Amino acid sequence: METLTIDNLRVEYRSRAVGDPVKTAVRGLNLRVAQGEVFGFLGPNGAGKTSTMNVLLGFVPPTSGTARLFGVDVREPIARQRIGYLPEQTYYYKFLTAEELLRFYAEIFQIPKAERTQRIDAVLKLVELDHARTRQIKTYSKGMQQRAGLAQALINNPDLLILDEPTSGLDPIGRMKVREIIQRLKSEGKTVFFSSHELGEVETVCDRIAILHQGELKTEGRVSDLLRQHGANLEQIFLKIIGHPLQP
Amino acid sequence: MNTIWALAKIVVLEMIRRKDFYVLFILTVLLTGMAGSVNLFNDHSIVRYLKEICLLLIWVASLVIAITCTARQIPMEREQRTIFPLLAKPVTRAQFLLGKFLGCWVATGLALLVFYLFFGVVSASREQHWPVLNYLQAGFLHWLMLGIVIAATLLGSIVFAAPSSNGTICFVCVAGILLLGRHLNKVALGLAEPLQSLLYGIYFVIPHLELFDVRDLITHNWDLIPGGVMALAILYAATYTAFLLTAAWLVFRRRPLN
Repeated sequence: METLTIDNLRVEYRSRAVGDPVKTAVRGLNLRVAQGEVFGFLGPNGAGKTSTMNVLLGFVPPTSGTARLFGVDVREPIARQRIGYLPEQTYYYKFLTAEELLRFYAEIFQIPKAERTQRIDAVLKLVELDHARTRQIKTYSKGMQQRAGLAQALINNPDLLILDEPTSGLDPIGRMKVREIIQRLKSEGKTVFFSSHELGEVETVCDRIAILHQGELKTEGRVSDLLRQHGANLEQIFLKIIGHPLQP
Repeated sequence: MNTIWALAKIVVLEMIRRKDFYVLFILTVLLTGMAGSVNLFNDHSIVRYLKEICLLLIWVASLVIAITCTARQIPMEREQRTIFPLLAKPVTRAQFLLGKFLGCWVATGLALLVFYLFFGVVSASREQHWPVLNYLQAGFLHWLMLGIVIAATLLGSIVFAAPSSNGTICFVCVAGILLLGRHLNKVALGLAEPLQSLLYGIYFVIPHLELFDVRDLITHNWDLIPGGVMALAILYAATYTAFLLTAAWLVFRRRPLN
């Protein structure tokens, strides 16, 4: 069963200034992500990854084409009931504690009261923030804030997680913890769709990847197949596909 | 409704944890205390002046709280990017706006409650009686008026990016309506066309916030306002608030988030 479906997606941004050309961020993108997959969405800066994610999350309407989550058009708010999203830069209401933040998001998902506390305890334990649950988020380190972000993404026990560069700006221990969490979610049968510039990490955790460049899908496939096909590591494959000269 | 209420609670919690309200309340207490300590010629009507000063301070403080609290809501959500994880959840933009409105209105209502309690204590300490129903009526009409102001500020926060410019514009407009709104039709009479029609147009379009200003009711211990008039006031405030919120939603629903 497909969790995420994108058909002929085109995203254009019109400039407010008269005479400025329309900027095409995504051109005719087709993508399928199956249930239980860890899918890496790669591309250099400005490739159209964030625009695609913005469409999936309902922040930007597609210029043409469709995007569906669990078969529901992403323009319907209910399509987001079963997803968890971790943005690249995690900023949350700093005057709240982690527990209050999670309670707020749990209310948004209308998780029953009896289940709410259990869920909050479970995710705080999973991201190892149990000891700091009553501290205001403004007192957290960057790594702790990122883990609080991951906790809010998991509060509704989502079937699909959309992570935008989840390890960006984290120290090696923080990265390892996020990686462990992704692998744990994978073992629970969750679908993870994430963008990252950390290709070594993508190679370790992803089942399949897609590489986007200048708004177009350049390649898509299983990581193991691509590695065998090109006889190189993922970084070399990535540079070759986007047309960047390889270092000797 | 659960989603709207969850969003509103966050706004209320924010107001409780910020210092703005406490600073304004302490300032009101200090200024009223200073005014109350003056005893000119042992004049008993000084109590009325004291009540007028206290109510004026409450009106100014409540407008500051309502406008500043509302003006920063959406720009802060965008600047700190908290709007992204929030709208990535099953929350519509209409619910987001209504949650912000309700939160600001409830937060301002709680602040008003504290201010009017203080006014009641000041008044009772001098007059030895406490007309609770009059206070409730005046406070309720004040709160209805703030609902219109909050809805207008929310609309302004979508149109103007900076909270400071939105706040200033809202303050000028609200002060203008409160001070001059009721006189616009009289001024229009003395003007030539097309200015006359323009000013009449403005007179009929603007929300007449001054209608909700019943400070004299509690300063001079007048009789209660009849129920029918109160019902009309509620309808008037609800109509303007709904119109402004609908306008805010129409602007916000297609607006890019970043």
